[in-house]
Amino acid sequence: MISSAEIVIIGGGISGCSTAYNLAKKGVKNIAVIEKSYITSGSTGRCGAGVRMQWGTEMNCKLAKKSIEFYENANDVLEYDGDVEFKQEGYLLIASTDKEMDQFHENVKIQNKLGIPSKILTLDEAKEIVPYLNTDILTGASYCGKDGFLNPFLTTDAFYRAAKRLGVEFYTYTQVLDIKVENGRVKSVITNKGEISTNIVVNAAGGYSKVISDMVNSELPVYSERHQILVTEPVEAMQAPMVMSFSLNLYCQQTPHGSFMMGRGDNREPRDLRITSSWEFLEQMAKTITEVLPPIGKLRLIRQWAGLYNMTPDKQPIYGKVNEVEGFYLAVGFSGHGFMFGPLTGVIISEMILEEEPTIDASMLNINRFKEGNLILEPSVV
Amino acid sequence: MNDENTIVCRCSDVTLKEVRDLIKQGYTTYDEIKRITRIGMGPCQGKTCGQLVLREISAATGKSIKELKLHMNRPPVVGVKLDLIAEEAKKND
Repeated sequence: MISSAEIVIIGGGISGCSTAYNLAKKGVKNIAVIEKSYITSGSTGRCGAGVRMQWGTEMNCKLAKKSIEFYENANDVLEYDGDVEFKQEGYLLIASTDKEMDQFHENVKIQNKLGIPSKILTLDEAKEIVPYLNTDILTGASYCGKDGFLNPFLTTDAFYRAAKRLGVEFYTYTQVLDIKVENGRVKSVITNKGEISTNIVVNAAGGYSKVISDMVNSELPVYSERHQILVTEPVEAMQAPMVMSFSLNLYCQQTPHGSFMMGRGDNREPRDLRITSSWEFLEQMAKTITEVLPPIGKLRLIRQWAGLYNMTPDKQPIYGKVNEVEGFYLAVGFSGHGFMFGPLTGVIISEMILEEEPTIDASMLNINRFKEGNLILEPSVV
Repeated sequence: MNDENTIVCRCSDVTLKEVRDLIKQGYTTYDEIKRITRIGMGPCQGKTCGQLVLREISAATGKSIKELKLHMNRPPVVGVKLDLIAEEAKKND
């Protein structure tokens, strides 16, 4: 293990790998990424693999739009030998109440203003896109054909390999035990495989972000919450878009490989770091899917798993410096959508560290917004 | 034996060559190889391919199979139709 680094990034998910890649591309030498398990072992590799631009806040819309524009050319830009499997066959958001439809109208207005090609659909129009959709229980829908699917493992692998080619050192199966601070400045990162002295640390630890911030006594207003997903056997292509509902608590997409992935949240989940599987999830998921998309019920599930959402009070990420320690940066609190914002996270954090002109002004996503009461709540999260 | 024509993973048609190439590139755990190739993600959930992959990793790294890990076991043990689970679940409502 190297004994010193310009920058140490904690976390080998999409945020950490994308940040490492962007910094290295801008000429920073001597970057180390520390990952306690393997690349994508945390929230990135456990996510629902969907990417969408249909958000309810301007900031999330902007981050998502820029990220999707990046993903459209990711294989070329990252010079990837494989394929990140980007499929743009849309997100169909379905509403089950009138109030939810009102929200969709609000959201689509914001999205269209920012150039996102989303639109409101009638139930008949929704049925044209997904013919077996049970519209009896629905009030309407919104749709964006440029949203879609992306393979989290291969996308992160593409960033990882590109960063490695640019000289970034990756230490997998290496756990951060502590971070030394001296005179209010980050001094070094202590791992179970050695100590790396550094002036700059990026916390990109996903579900474990609070554990890392606690090491430098920096207060982080986030908690982690288990979310579960199941996957079916692969079948012939039968559903183009992701079908998603906030009120019915469901998302379900057919992957390019043919399997269906579906998930839902549970607001009774305890706030801890468990990623075990539960039978309650399986039962609720099976009931919901057979009601909303009946033919999917005929498929066999082959695996269920779980991952962590790292939740902030307004369900938008936290980017940037902290007050207590100099040289400590946050790329945390993605509240379930860190994978889809990955490309922009790397751009934003690298610009903040290098004090460059921002591509997107994300300064409102600083940590002080919670103390100052400048929360802008994202209404559209499953 | 031709590596390119030897299928290690019958669910996702992954060849022995692909596995050996990844090990050479530094993907030396089952979890890592799984995420790049889909090995262990199909209907068999690693029951067929798991031991074969571990044997390859063992041969390349010198670690004994005992030291190597398969992926985490997750439900269900075998594939089950979702509507059967929903039907049973409704009885408890």
